[in-house]
Amino acid sequence: MAAVSGLMRRPLEQVSGLLRRRFHRTAPAALQVTVREAINQGMDEELERDEKVFLLGEEVAQYDGAYKVSRGLWKKYGDKRIIDTPISEMGFAGIAVGAAMAGLRPICEFMTFNFSMQAIDQVINSAAKTYYMSGGHQPVPIVFRGPNGASAGVAAQHSQCFAAWYGHCPGLKVVSPWNSEDAKGLIKSAIRDNNPVVVLENELMYGVPFEFPSEAQSKDFLIPIGKAKIERQGTHITVVSHSRPVGHCLEAATVLSKEGIECEVINMRTIRPMDIETIEASVMKTNHLITVEGGWPQFGVGAEVCARIMEGPAFNFLDAPAVRVTGADVPMPYAKILEDNSVPQVKDIIFAIKKTLNI
Amino acid sequence: MKKMLAAAVSRVLSGVAQKPASRVLVASCNYSNDATFEIKKCDLYRLEEGPPVTTVLTREDGLKYYRMMQTIRRMELKADQLYKQKFIRGFCHLCDGQEACCVGLEAGINPTDHVITSYRAHGLCYTRGLSVRAILAELTGRRGGCAKGKGGSMHMYAKNFYGGNGIVGAQGPLGAGGQIFEAYNMAALWKLPCVFVCENNLYGMGTSAERAAASTDYYKRGHFIPGLRVDGMDVLCVREATRFAADYCRSEKGPIVMELQTYRYHGHSMSDPGVSYRTRQEIQNVRSKSDPIMLLKDRMVNSKLATVEEFKEIDVEVRKEINDAAHFATTDPEPPLEELGHHIYWDNPPFEVRGASQWIKFKSLS
Repeated sequence: MAAVSGLMRRPLEQVSGLLRRRFHRTAPAALQVTVREAINQGMDEELERDEKVFLLGEEVAQYDGAYKVSRGLWKKYGDKRIIDTPISEMGFAGIAVGAAMAGLRPICEFMTFNFSMQAIDQVINSAAKTYYMSGGHQPVPIVFRGPNGASAGVAAQHSQCFAAWYGHCPGLKVVSPWNSEDAKGLIKSAIRDNNPVVVLENELMYGVPFEFPSEAQSKDFLIPIGKAKIERQGTHITVVSHSRPVGHCLEAATVLSKEGIECEVINMRTIRPMDIETIEASVMKTNHLITVEGGWPQFGVGAEVCARIMEGPAFNFLDAPAVRVTGADVPMPYAKILEDNSVPQVKDIIFAIKKTLNI
Repeated sequence: MKKMLAAAVSRVLSGVAQKPASRVLVASCNYSNDATFEIKKCDLYRLEEGPPVTTVLTREDGLKYYRMMQTIRRMELKADQLYKQKFIRGFCHLCDGQEACCVGLEAGINPTDHVITSYRAHGLCYTRGLSVRAILAELTGRRGGCAKGKGGSMHMYAKNFYGGNGIVGAQGPLGAGGQIFEAYNMAALWKLPCVFVCENNLYGMGTSAERAAASTDYYKRGHFIPGLRVDGMDVLCVREATRFAADYCRSEKGPIVMELQTYRYHGHSMSDPGVSYRTRQEIQNVRSKSDPIMLLKDRMVNSKLATVEEFKEIDVEVRKEINDAAHFATTDPEPPLEELGHHIYWDNPPFEVRGASQWIKFKSLS
């Protein structure tokens, strides 16, 4: 990240003693932006840039968003661009898809992706498949966004991760931001993309601040869909993750670094189309792989990563079977002790890494 | 009358205290056993006649309804407190203000009838037979909770009570079959004996009814299904309307829609202060003019069905019950970790459930 590379450069400057272009001893106070603010900024910029873009969903306008992600947008853009809908997911998702077909660029918010199940026919059958079914005639430039996966104490019907469900479907693009930079860059790319894009946010990440590199402050800052990012370089094992668990992986990596184990942590950023090349290149370097996700194990994101590794050149570089760390295979329980043990924790990641490395 | 008074006094003097609080009750009132009250006429849709406009309330029933409503009120306020103290997590949707709906409903049906509702369910959980203890302990996620700590606020079940549903509208079809309009269609088509109850508290989360519904005459939205609109703040009105609706169904006329006009004092959930989309004045107005508990008490006191002191005693008992339940709910241990995998399937031989990795396994028993 920007701050780290700044620190790296300083000793060299001092040693070389050459002309300093600027007098600055430390990097300027880094801009801290929460994930919520980043998504808000991204949507605001795109609403401003293209008048065909609009946002609809429950409580997005006058309430400023159930999780305050769309705060201030209704005040700025009004009723025609920021639309409060009745509690009718199937209905308003369908209306949004129709609007996209007719040439507008809707952002359809699901208060949580659990409620998208009410509308899933519109997402898959009306949005995802249409360009294909029409033989290339009818694109559907729509974004479906909202919080996905576990929160805290919201129990079984409000905690499901839909990465695998949506990632399964051709015709959809599916992204899963982790930090603020991801959130802003990916929502902007999603809005500018002419295909249906599912943006899986995370409620627990909304309030988390991250340092915002200067590039991210630009109105044209985009993160390409379909490209993973190596958040941390390492040599002993490749750790692949998406969304909030990326943070847990980095924590695990810090702990293990003290024991001399260097993890390469990859933030997938996109679920579909999956950037398997970045993962392969990493595995070919480290010879070990674990995947970490919040969703259920069966038919999950990690399962897909493992299958693809087997199909490609990286398989022959594995010194041990690939391992998946996932949510527990149960409907999310409510009681704290049960919930804590139903989601992957830092200790589970460390344990799996050591098992894989046979330590 | 004199005999009654003498009996009361002698009971007190002889120290046979049924209640520990030794308040000397020297009442010189006439206890009636029952009284007749006028209740608001219901708006009717596709119905020739509706529920009666007068009803008889016995002292016994009145005290029972009062106690139930007061218990629910105090339980919800306790839940508010426990949530702020972080004993309750996640979502918590309170129904204080709407007590007359669940108590009146229960008064109009039989325990063998089936009931299903939405997430604002604590009141109905209680009227359907769950104890305050079991409800509060479920809210705090303990093993003594009615769902063993696995469900939380929105997922409580009892005999002939199917929850507690987190997904808006999902309960409609579960009770009848499609989402609401699909449920209406099939219920009417097949003449299902179903009362579709809409507790209209004027807001869907932060959106007022007018901003979400092309027609807010919800009792008419069954289209070809007859409907009633009922004063949901009057427990007697709700009772009579429910009896009428239940009779209608039981006489094989098919489904009926019942809209209860009510009000919630709290916001949508504990994370909603409830004042960004409505005024404090509005909330206060309802509280001072239409509070369901106050309405019942005033009626009973004014018609001499009971005394103010009796209600105070009930309040004391209710407070104790709630405090005892809260104590249990905050001291009962959490469910055991070994049971994390249980209750996936019913009537199934035991199997293994995968945890966060292939090395973590839980046993699953039905």
